[in-house]
Amino acid sequence: MVELLVFYFFGAVLVISASMVVTIRNPVFAALFLVLCFFSSAAIWLILQAEFLAIALVLVYVGAVMVLFLFVVMMLDINIARLREGFVKFLPVGIIVALLMLVAMSLVITSGYFNREEPAIQVSQVAGYSNTTQLGKALFTEYLYPFEIAGVILLVAIIAAISLTMRKPRSNKTQQPSLQVRASKKERLRIIKMKAEPKQDAGGQSS
Amino acid sequence: MAQISNMMLLLPEIILLGFACLILVVDTFSTDPDHRITYVLSQLALVITISLVFYLHTGATALAFGDVFISDPMSSALKAMIALYGLVLFLYSFEYLTKQGWVKGEYFVLGLFAILGTMVLVSAYSMITVYLGLELLSLSLYAMVAMNRDSASASEAAMKYFVLGALASGMLLYGISILYGITGTFQLNELNQQILQHSEQTGLLVFAMVFIIVGIAFKLGAVPFHMWVPDVYQGAPTAVTMFVGSIPKIAAFAMAMRLLVNGLEPLMTNWQTILIILAVLSMGIGNITAIAQSNIKRLLAYSTIAHIGFLLLGIIAGSQQGYAASMFYVITYALMSMGAFGVVILLSRKDFESDLLEDLKGLSDRNPWFAFIMLILMFSLAGVPPFVGFWAKWFVLKELVASGFIWVAAAAVFFAIIGAFYYLRIIKLMYFDKADETPALEATAQMQVVLSLNGIALLIIGLSPGLLMALCLSSLL
Repeated sequence: MVELLVFYFFGAVLVISASMVVTIRNPVFAALFLVLCFFSSAAIWLILQAEFLAIALVLVYVGAVMVLFLFVVMMLDINIARLREGFVKFLPVGIIVALLMLVAMSLVITSGYFNREEPAIQVSQVAGYSNTTQLGKALFTEYLYPFEIAGVILLVAIIAAISLTMRKPRSNKTQQPSLQVRASKKERLRIIKMKAEPKQDAGGQSS
Repeated sequence: MAQISNMMLLLPEIILLGFACLILVVDTFSTDPDHRITYVLSQLALVITISLVFYLHTGATALAFGDVFISDPMSSALKAMIALYGLVLFLYSFEYLTKQGWVKGEYFVLGLFAILGTMVLVSAYSMITVYLGLELLSLSLYAMVAMNRDSASASEAAMKYFVLGALASGMLLYGISILYGITGTFQLNELNQQILQHSEQTGLLVFAMVFIIVGIAFKLGAVPFHMWVPDVYQGAPTAVTMFVGSIPKIAAFAMAMRLLVNGLEPLMTNWQTILIILAVLSMGIGNITAIAQSNIKRLLAYSTIAHIGFLLLGIIAGSQQGYAASMFYVITYALMSMGAFGVVILLSRKDFESDLLEDLKGLSDRNPWFAFIMLILMFSLAGVPPFVGFWAKWFVLKELVASGFIWVAAAAVFFAIIGAFYYLRIIKLMYFDKADETPALEATAQMQVVLSLNGIALLIIGLSPGLLMALCLSSLL
């Protein structure tokens, strides 16, 4: 009973915060609502006894990704008015697409193909059962090969990001004293021989 | 469970990964502006990979690493082909990058990772491995397309490729998750069994299958998931276009084979219908739109779309011979496409891509030999009889008719005839038009040798197609 109440509480918070992310005008608040959103889904995962996923969600998404995201949002000068420019113009199209998708999805769902039997009631685990241990064991035995490939994919992401963004330090302005000392007059001073030009009128009014 | 003896099966992948990491480090410390060491080491890595694939080839089917990895005749044959094509691709790329003056070590490292991703995909026996191999391949390709940062069109192409590719990966993943929800397994062979047991769930299974087909069709570039192909082909540097147009097609073929044939075979009648629509649309739109192109890279992009339609026909046939015909098609098509882009690279100069059809004018006066190579390539792509493209089309159509899809075969022939027009126009431009300007071709000796070999290989396979076809058949039966 308590569990159900807790679920409804976090579920409501999740839905409200998710809709706030989309509707709120200020991008910083939107990002903060997204944090709340992640947090409440982590709580729901905890109710489902998936504590590792819940912790990973809070640590990785709330702790790292969203903080970075907030940095980016605060650093970039996002013009909200310009982002919303096309809102009214594209609204009819958006509504039509949304309605079509709603109709299609309800047709599919009511077609009788999705009437799966209820999932088996979850058996609560014995004390000392660790979700994290189980995941770790599965990852490093059964799924070792996919796990390694995922590692390689991350390596590729790093290489790609660095090779696409790193520029050679061309505007390097350090002093090189040895060269400065060796400088001679010839390098610093350029003497140009010019012909003397005839004197001109300063005003230029004469015609 | 994984055993050490089974790890031997992965030796080519492990060595390739080790080499890629080694090359990354060597490239960081080398001061050579031409990155010649990186290039030579990358070629060495591929040569070693090919020899390991041959060394480990037993013709038997074996699983490794908790059955997520399979080594069978098809995977060995395709891996050897991929690594071989990788060698040729790197050679063309090095020539191009040197000409354009922006050789980068990362190009070869990412290229090796892309080849690794293809190899993972080719021998994937679990939906997770299929997905991860695909991501490894795609991520490397996105970065390679964007690598020339000074080019606005390359950045635009990379952006489009990345956004649409991410969407397609999402679709594929969604399909995989629904399949997992129904059957409770990622293993392709168990999936096959489970589908037979869950026959009352066919509607839901087909629902999941549609998402998987969307993912495959996007990677192949079949209509209506082809929007990225022309922009990426045109916008990317020619060397990368060549990469995108060859090895990933083999990977996408392998992916279709693994997912649709190994995994979803009980749903064959369902996916056949969907693939027929994709194939006919691809051949139609690809061939007709290609006529209107003036940029040769864009033209080849639409020609790819048309060829993908043909490639799908063999899978539609739904027989071992049909799959073998598709495999023959993709192997020869990749070779033709590399040759065609090779000619574009041959004609390019510094800061001049030479990617307009007009640039081919009077090629026979400027260099009769390479005009002849281009003639072989164009006749092959068009499917004119003694050349290899004809045999590829012939095998596919034969199996299609044998499976009873006569009207599809008729449509294929009809669109192939339309397609012949733009290939023949290129030949007309080369032989019967006069060039506006005739700068000498800038090409190193090795580039000339490899391009010539590429053309001659096509000619030889065209004259005796039975050998390669026997290889394809033996690797699938």
